[in-house]
Amino acid sequence: MSTATAAISCPECESDVTVADGIRQNEIVECAACMSELEVVTVEPLLLAVAPEVEEDWGE
Amino acid sequence: MIRAGVYGASGYIGGELLRLLLGHPDVEIVSAVSTTRARRRVDSVHPNLRGSTDLCFCAPEDIGDCDVIFTAVSPSVAMELVPQIAHRTRVLIDLSGGFRLRDRAEFTRYYGEHNCPELLGEFVTGRPETHRKELTEADRISVPGCMANAATLALHPLAAEGLIRPEVTIDGRVGSSGSGVTADIMNLHAERSGAMRVFKPQRHRHEAEVAQSTGLTVRMSATGVEAVRGVQTLIRVSAADGARLDDRELRRLYRDYYGGEPFVRIVAQKRGLYRLPEPKILIGSNYCDIGFSTDPEDGTAVLVAALDNLVKGGSGNAVQAMNIRFGLPETLGLGFPGLHPV
Repeated sequence: MSTATAAISCPECESDVTVADGIRQNEIVECAACMSELEVVTVEPLLLAVAPEVEEDWGE
Repeated sequence: MIRAGVYGASGYIGGELLRLLLGHPDVEIVSAVSTTRARRRVDSVHPNLRGSTDLCFCAPEDIGDCDVIFTAVSPSVAMELVPQIAHRTRVLIDLSGGFRLRDRAEFTRYYGEHNCPELLGEFVTGRPETHRKELTEADRISVPGCMANAATLALHPLAAEGLIRPEVTIDGRVGSSGSGVTADIMNLHAERSGAMRVFKPQRHRHEAEVAQSTGLTVRMSATGVEAVRGVQTLIRVSAADGARLDDRELRRLYRDYYGGEPFVRIVAQKRGLYRLPEPKILIGSNYCDIGFSTDPEDGTAVLVAALDNLVKGGSGNAVQAMNIRFGLPETLGLGFPGLHPV
């Protein structure tokens, strides 16, 4: 089980999003408050963006 | 153990009180009072309690001394009853509309003449989210109405911060259990099934409670919908001059007010099947879910609040208030999270 290591604001609703250790670029995380799908744009520094609605490959 | 008595124990809210209190580790039910079912087994009326208790209903005159008495009766009965039984208990928690309004004239306007108006000022509103400190010492507690509680919880942060214009409109929807256990022709299955009955297009009683709690000018309509349990209120608000209503602002505000509340959740999601508060998934739980949708173009918002009318809209809120009053953990006996699917 992954350990939550970082908290960052959701770009959609500004709630805290916890991101698991070892997350990689282009992975998708979910904001628990607004349920937006967020894409990891960069890992260092950790940067999230609202994932586009329709894409072929989320890198998951 | 806290010795509890329940008046109106054969009704729907009374039955939910019994269910919650039977599961409460620090409460012993000493009397379940019913004028119509005295000496019959409790589970003959509330079959969901089979195997949970051998308790029988008792007549009003047979109630024993209690630490807390809950009155789950009509407003008119409560007005007669409360002065008669007050000496039998340290703490009295009334779930009727009989003691919710502080102002006698307002009470008369919405309910008719009060039998004991001198008692109106003695009751503390049983809404932990707005009256927690007072509840720790309150001996007379009045639990808010179901739709009023949902609407007030949604409006309270915006009203307290002066973010909205004072005129608000509430559209309340409620399941058939809100009509109580007494059946008449209106509640025949043939008449009720499939109906969306606007039973109070204007001046629903709960608007007076919301106005009292928020200081706003409230207009409220109410519709009975095709559900047994559940309340959903849709509230239209407009931004006050100089204020801004957008999704982030509202979420931040609700988080500030309710982030630490055990039974209020902010539900305004971008994805999923239940993006805004939906009473269907709150059945049996003590949660009130609050959500919103804003229109930044014209500065308006729709607030949505949902709860189970018999639990957070009645019995659960009463037990939460009791926990606070007796210094117990606030969530004790109230951990049921609801069902899905249901």
